[in-house]
Amino acid sequence: MQVDIKTTNIQPIRQTFSHIARRLGADKAASRYQEATLDMQPTTNWHYRPLWEPELHVFDVRRTNIVMADWYAFKDPRHFYYGVYTMARAKQQEGVDKQFEFAEKRNLLGALDEATRESLTQLLIPLRHYEWGSNMNNTYCCAYGYGTAVTQACNFAAMDRLGIAQYLSRIGLLLDGNQAGALDAGKAAWLSHPAWQGVRRVMENLFVTKDWFEVFVAQNLVFDGLLYPLVYRHYVDQVSPRTGNALALLTEFMNDWYAETSRWVDATVKTAAEESPANAERLTEWVRSSRDEVLRALEPLAALALGASGSATLAAVRAEFDTRVGRIGLKP
Amino acid sequence: MSTTTTTPAAASRTPVFIALQTNDISRSIVEAIVADNPEATVAEFPAMIKIDAPGRLVIRRASVEERLGRRWDVQELHLSLISLAGGIDETDDEFTLQWGARA
Repeated sequence: MQVDIKTTNIQPIRQTFSHIARRLGADKAASRYQEATLDMQPTTNWHYRPLWEPELHVFDVRRTNIVMADWYAFKDPRHFYYGVYTMARAKQQEGVDKQFEFAEKRNLLGALDEATRESLTQLLIPLRHYEWGSNMNNTYCCAYGYGTAVTQACNFAAMDRLGIAQYLSRIGLLLDGNQAGALDAGKAAWLSHPAWQGVRRVMENLFVTKDWFEVFVAQNLVFDGLLYPLVYRHYVDQVSPRTGNALALLTEFMNDWYAETSRWVDATVKTAAEESPANAERLTEWVRSSRDEVLRALEPLAALALGASGSATLAAVRAEFDTRVGRIGLKP
Repeated sequence: MSTTTTTPAAASRTPVFIALQTNDISRSIVEAIVADNPEATVAEFPAMIKIDAPGRLVIRRASVEERLGRRWDVQELHLSLISLAGGIDETDDEFTLQWGARA
């Protein structure tokens, strides 16, 4: 008996969801990122206004001064939706865990000289509170922002900040053999050390800033854009050799994360700036005012971190930041 | 490409092809190929997508990464690869199919 194997080609009736097809302009295969992002947020059929702000809807474009014709013009260059995001971070977490295990096994941070331990306690450990603040700010952008394209990425960023805060806590625990003394000292520094008060003031002012896009720009572009290079590059580079380079090992995630997240932040701000001259003007204004404020706040911290060279380093960080903002298309 | 003045007509060049499984990653690869190889033609089959090109077909890492939104190792191509025809020239940045000696 002869068996003929035939193939039948069954064309699917649709390639993607109708609302995605309308956006793509044709019924063609869409990526998971597009399907998990475009028009996910409800826009119609509101029955109830929020009791806490009855003049606006739950999701409302009027919560920011930035005006967009289409809030899904924002694209995350990393194409992060929940699945990809969690897989990417799980993979990174595995790597970082290995580094921490290694540092713990060899007691790399337990046997530091007193000056280095003190420096880490005063400078690195208080950043746990900075990270928690940025978690609050990104969560705020997610809660009051408009359009899944921005809000989902803000929520991912918010979770990242908790992760970074946890890594900083683990560094603190490594410093004193799980006694939590370093963590307490770090909190005390955040609350009362004069060098930290400027940073804390800027952070707490952001907690009461109403415009969510302003919070986004001030936190993710300006604050991080100036603080991350200062601490995780310049300060860590300077102090790391005294820790047998264990510190560079344990803060590598922060550097990788910053480089990755900057791509998203830049793309988001650029999209908003290119939408209209009015947006660009507003963004420029926000960047200028928060940059100057953050720089003033970082001045004493740079001095504490890097001593006499602090001021010059901060100027270099600022120059780099201005170049970055220029690439986005803003001239603050 | 820039050497169009010396390139013979498409029909006289030995065709090459690459066939990939249809999945989320290969969709980005196909998009990149179509963008980088204007002469390529795409044929869709059940669970497979075949791309024919006269003479030469190139897959660029940078183009795929741009569409994929993450770092992409050219070797990852093999995860979606079904079949191909042509001599392979593989570097860190490009995967090229072409018959015969290279220019």
